Amino acid sequence: MSRQTSERTLRGRVAVIGIGETQYYRHGASPDAEFKLALKAILAACDDAGIDPREIDGFSSYSDDRSEASRLAAALGIRQLRTATMQWGGGGGGCCAAVANAAASIVAGLADCVVVFRSLAQGEYGRFGQTSGIVSLSGEKAYLMPYGVLAPPQRFAMRVRRFMHDYGVRQEALRAIALASYHHAQANPRAIMHGKPLDPDKYDASRWIVEPFHLYDCCMENDGAAALVLVAAERAADFRNKPAYLLGAAVGSGFRAGAAPHNAPHYASASFDTVAPDLYRMAGVGPMDVGVVQSYENFTGGVVMALTEHGFFRPDEANEFLTFENLVAPSGRLPLNTSGGNLAECYMHGFELVLEAVRQVRGTSVNQVRRNDVAMVIGGPMVTPVSDLLLGSEATL
Amino acid sequence: MSSPKSSFYLPGGLPAPVAEPDGLSAPYWAGLRQERLVVQRCSRCGTWQFGPEWICHRCHAFDPEWVEVAPQGRIFSWERVWHPSHAALREHGPYLAVLVELPHAGGVRMIGNLLGDPLRAVTVGAEVAGVFEHHCDSDPPYSLLQWSLR
Repeated sequence: MSRQTSERTLRGRVAVIGIGETQYYRHGASPDAEFKLALKAILAACDDAGIDPREIDGFSSYSDDRSEASRLAAALGIRQLRTATMQWGGGGGGCCAAVANAAASIVAGLADCVVVFRSLAQGEYGRFGQTSGIVSLSGEKAYLMPYGVLAPPQRFAMRVRRFMHDYGVRQEALRAIALASYHHAQANPRAIMHGKPLDPDKYDASRWIVEPFHLYDCCMENDGAAALVLVAAERAADFRNKPAYLLGAAVGSGFRAGAAPHNAPHYASASFDTVAPDLYRMAGVGPMDVGVVQSYENFTGGVVMALTEHGFFRPDEANEFLTFENLVAPSGRLPLNTSGGNLAECYMHGFELVLEAVRQVRGTSVNQVRRNDVAMVIGGPMVTPVSDLLLGSEATL
Repeated sequence: MSSPKSSFYLPGGLPAPVAEPDGLSAPYWAGLRQERLVVQRCSRCGTWQFGPEWICHRCHAFDPEWVEVAPQGRIFSWERVWHPSHAALREHGPYLAVLVELPHAGGVRMIGNLLGDPLRAVTVGAEVAGVFEHHCDSDPPYSLLQWSLR
């Protein structure tokens, strides 16, 4: 047996051949049911790839996506379902893990053509940011919600506050992340915030949701769906688009990261302290090789911690690194969230970020960066498990 | 801040805490009703643990013992909440939530509200003392642990 097949890695073994999304809507504005959105995104991804949807033999998603694999397979008339994978954990922590799980299925020989997707109609099923209607509760939330620590902004602000305290991070660092996302969205007709620019004065004047998060530090809530098609690398050249190869992926969190309520030993963290080294090891690259990053913004403060845990700067360098100029395409030091991301393109639970990384590698982003051979996606800071991935062009293999 | 009609920090109508059907956290909530703060400490290896679990995360002895600790600590982090994420909080706010570390109990942490002026400056590391807040008229009744600067 050759080393190529005995080495346990995803590096270079699978490629994204198609991406697709629905129109993105404000929460509650979708005319389509959530399941119909999922179908539309999957068909769009297959059309982009130039593959018959009946060739799909697996589905992978995360965050308890309600568009269930067997129903999708039945609805699409798929001949044989061979893998159906759900990544544990809420939030967007699984947006890269879902790709990793699909890739692992292909590399292990369980399936040949896996669709990874997320569908979300918050108007149909309710929002994350409102918590009324609960009479009593148990478990982790019982230690939080009676004290008004209810929705995600309140559940994550104290992590960010502690990080800012420990390293002297200023509000301007968070602001730069919001400004970069909104700047990129102005060139992106898909973006919910297209035509709605943000400037420093507007950010500063915006209301607090929970200190240290202004309104513009918080993700939107939206309706829509996004999907991609993954096949083995050997087949990638058979399809019409330039393949984006998976260079690496990693999932998880460190020692007792899930110790509720707020008892994780490494508290002021985005949960990538153990995950990022795994990613770089598998991909065989380092932070200096990465040309563009999509980093899940549930809240801007989570991005600050996620980027430092991926080695782009030390925590005490956050204020000087995180400037608007450094974070914008085409040639900032580290172009960030080039579609507008969760803040300004669409909160598709981070899956829009994975699609944007594919576009960057292809060279088809509306905010195309110059260094596009290696593109990173960071999913769901501050939750557990989190996940991340690196995509690369053929030249990086 | 407490409204004039109520001795509670936040308005009524927020979710009430109850123990899980399996009873894991029942000693904690029962303790608060009696103005006793109890957390888990493994009787075999002495490891402190909160929230509760069925097993000690260090030595894997089952059913860690519940022990009473002084409701005192220091502020590990904090947040000032402005946006109402629940109907009960409309027209209320801002309010302060703090994460309190208990150095004498292995550094376990718990969330509560910081009593007093919600617009006050809050300092990480400030010493706080627990104040029990009894919701006797709730069905079922329950108690919370709030914090005040020492």
